[in-house]
Amino acid sequence: MTNTNTVANPIADVLARNEGALLEAWVQLQMAAHSMRSELMQKDELREESRRFLASFLRALRSGGTDTSGSAWKDARETLAALSANRGRKGFSPSETASFVFSLKQPIFQVLRDELAKDPQRLTEETWSLSLALDSLGLFTTEVYQKGREEVIARQQQDMLDLSTPVVELWAGILAVPLIGTLDSARTQVVMESLLQRVVTTGSRLAIIDITGVPTVDTLVAQHLLKTVAAARLMGAECIISGIRPQIAQTIVHLGVNLSDVITKSNMADAFQIALERTGRAVVDVRTAG
Amino acid sequence: MERIPILKMGECLLVTIQTDMHDRLAMALQDDLTNRVSDTGARGVLIDISALEVVDSFIGRMLSNIASLTSLLDARTVVVGMRPAVAITLVELGLSLPEVQTALDVETGMELITGKPRMDRNNGRYRG
Repeated sequence: MTNTNTVANPIADVLARNEGALLEAWVQLQMAAHSMRSELMQKDELREESRRFLASFLRALRSGGTDTSGSAWKDARETLAALSANRGRKGFSPSETASFVFSLKQPIFQVLRDELAKDPQRLTEETWSLSLALDSLGLFTTEVYQKGREEVIARQQQDMLDLSTPVVELWAGILAVPLIGTLDSARTQVVMESLLQRVVTTGSRLAIIDITGVPTVDTLVAQHLLKTVAAARLMGAECIISGIRPQIAQTIVHLGVNLSDVITKSNMADAFQIALERTGRAVVDVRTAG
Repeated sequence: MERIPILKMGECLLVTIQTDMHDRLAMALQDDLTNRVSDTGARGVLIDISALEVVDSFIGRMLSNIASLTSLLDARTVVVGMRPAVAITLVELGLSLPEVQTALDVETGMELITGKPRMDRNNGRYRG
């Protein structure tokens, strides 16, 4: 690239002179394009966004050449990041946002062709370097989009982890942990810690772990469950595992996992009854108990 | 040399571990405890580890050794007041101490030893 680091960039001046025409052509092009989402964005807004980006693009081009990772492009990148985030929220796909940048190529190349018609070699060079700059900016929007998505996913994962492991007290001295969703190491760790902590604070002697909502049990999950049971036992609390569905019972037996040291019940009600018995209580029918 | 005091309460011996256990202290406790059990004819040993914050595999082994030793001398060992972090560590170390009985606090541990009716953990029946 011949003009990567040149501060005085004649092409940038040429483009700046034609800014108005460029903007007009670009907006027209975007309006006509197949990817135009008129239901998501009004023409005025599109024009405003285009104007802002074009202005910062030309400013950066004039002061920083076509190396878009340089500090001169900071402003342009920020404008683009805000724009990309905004479009992401509105429901644009990443390729639609990227094509917003790519569509600027055509009007720019048009200006270049008019300007450098007599110098084909220079025309090719300038076209190439501007094309590279716009490509990297287009990819940048995709990156920003993706990063925004990843943040949302990470936050939701954390929320899920917090929400999905409640420890409830069913009765004085009886805790219950209804597990819902797939169990992995991180989640089991959270379950184990919060359960043991509640055992200490409530002084409970029994804990019911209900796995009705756990879709599959493999050796790892079974091992995690056994670890939780063992840790609770070390603290002086017993665990009852309830909600084992027939398929899961089959899987456990086929896997050769030994759950014989643990009390297992098919549903929560049975487990609760056992827990009441263990703590020396019973539920009676008041009419017949007279 | 520093030693861990062993208190006699009726038919029980009560050991409260309040310092960080090092290996020699653990060995000394093991010796003292076996001697005291055979001298006093105690029916149970309560080991309160609620102040213990750090365990290693050696301490885990010591607890299970004490349990095996005292059961030979016809006394039950009950470990009480284990902290969550300690329990998790022991399980991760692969020491689930199946021969040791556990209780939440000294009170429930004492009930275990003095023979209040209680369910057996393994088969779900009452044990006298």
